[in-house]
Amino acid sequence: MHYEAVIGLEVHAQMSTETKIFCGCLTKFGSEPNTQTCPVCIGMPGALPVLNKKALEFAVRAGLALNCGISPMSRFARKNYFYPDLPKGYQISQYELPICEHGFLEIVADGGLKKIGVTRVHMEEDAGKNIHEGAGNSSLVDLNRAGVPLMEIVSEPDIRSPKEAAEYMKKLRTMLRYLGVCDGNMEQGSLRCDANVSVREEGSKGLGVKVEVKNINSFRFVEKALEYEIKRQIKAIKDGGSIIQETRLWDSDAGITQSMRTKEEAHDYRYFPEPDLAPIAVRQEWIDEIRASLPELPDAKRQRFVSSYSLPEYDADILISEKPLSEWYEEAVNAGGQPKAVSNWMMGEMMKLLNEDGINIENCPLKPEQLADMLSLIDKGTISGKIAKTVFEEMFRTGKDAESIVIEKSLVQITDKDAILKAVDEILAKSPKEVERYRAGEEKLIGFFVGQAMKLTKGKANPAALNEILKRKLSDK
Amino acid sequence: MIEKKQVEHIARLSRLVIPEEEKEMFCSQLSNVLKYMEKLNRLDTKGIEPTSHVIDLVNVMRGDAPSPSLPPSEALRNAPDRTEKFYRVPKIIE
Repeated sequence: MHYEAVIGLEVHAQMSTETKIFCGCLTKFGSEPNTQTCPVCIGMPGALPVLNKKALEFAVRAGLALNCGISPMSRFARKNYFYPDLPKGYQISQYELPICEHGFLEIVADGGLKKIGVTRVHMEEDAGKNIHEGAGNSSLVDLNRAGVPLMEIVSEPDIRSPKEAAEYMKKLRTMLRYLGVCDGNMEQGSLRCDANVSVREEGSKGLGVKVEVKNINSFRFVEKALEYEIKRQIKAIKDGGSIIQETRLWDSDAGITQSMRTKEEAHDYRYFPEPDLAPIAVRQEWIDEIRASLPELPDAKRQRFVSSYSLPEYDADILISEKPLSEWYEEAVNAGGQPKAVSNWMMGEMMKLLNEDGINIENCPLKPEQLADMLSLIDKGTISGKIAKTVFEEMFRTGKDAESIVIEKSLVQITDKDAILKAVDEILAKSPKEVERYRAGEEKLIGFFVGQAMKLTKGKANPAALNEILKRKLSDK
Repeated sequence: MIEKKQVEHIARLSRLVIPEEEKEMFCSQLSNVLKYMEKLNRLDTKGIEPTSHVIDLVNVMRGDAPSPSLPPSEALRNAPDRTEKFYRVPKIIE
């Protein structure tokens, strides 16, 4: 019997506002503990929350980009539970009337496109951070994160495999970064993911008992945690057991999910409308304004890159994966670079050098115009493609222009036939045995001669001219 | 009617320890509160918008502008237990 997985993801994205969702404390990551708190976010009696308009705008931006409807009337609710990182004893969240509903995100699955439904996007405040290590028999609490704005993006159970789940996460991250509403930094917890997983017989319409898997904080872990959990559930069923509805925690060190053994009664959140915050009535004109301000989104940009620049899907996918990368690309093309050549250099040499130095595209020392200029030197025959690699690295390291590097290092390609002829004569004279073997039919030795000639000319000989002259000389008896 | 099991459940959610002999008392007290609230159900609310806020206000918002936070010494002052920089609580077992 074959089983299939049914997966829904709940993604918490930290919004990139400067201040918290209901007070003016900073949201900066990595500050000294308990330095970014005030009576509102640490729940002092009588303190009143006021909604940060930017957080609302960001949630609407994300909702529009995810093809959601924006609720004309929305409100906050209290989710009641006790935990040391939740100073008020409740989290301000949304329950009924979330700000955005009924959208979708398209991902690539099995070579085609697949729509993953987005049930809702709602706003809520983050909790503080508990620290267990090195605190002996206690835990320590830092409330800097308490009140940082989050949006929770809940998908429909439309995902069928760990790979699709990872695709969805990646796509969502790219989208949120394009929108400028979340920095997508998974190491710092800006994007966190919980998954609802169940398995059922393939082709069946019903749903199995679902398990919530928490603490999945990287793309790699999304796939690994889900693979583990699906296998665990299928095995349990095949062994004649059953699945218990529960919450399990992904342990990335052990590579397993483990039951949290919390009593289900703890999940009685007793939601009720938050009386301290006025409802939100979003005007259609404002929604239209936000819609008009949306940037070109990843899917549209990928299509445009393929059609306007005749790029392969593969190139387009990589170039649009980060907005600044796609912008760098277009600037280089606009500066005259041939589209496919620019793509090749960016995906090859440039990515390699950026990775080696551990810097991102925003801090790339090389300017797009400099790459375009170098490409035109290749086109004009001033330098060979091989020499260009040296020039490129030198530009990257020093910030100098291709032309001055070529002059300084005298890298100009030798196209002068006489000079090449001289070099060819020299190596043929030095290698009589190889010449003999070549003439006896061992034609692959041409590579040896090219190599020798290039060595002699320090790589500057024009390859086409060199080839032609070599072949001519070798066939002369 | 609120039963003893519900009192225990609510007490647990509220992290309260209620002595056995008081549980009966809370059963009747909480039941009375609910009975009193039941009176509201006698009102005819057909065609009336559900109230989520008592004042007729919408869109009370602030700009994304920072305001000063409390110094940690001040923020931590009421904590029953603390270190120099953190609130300290009994070890959380997950």
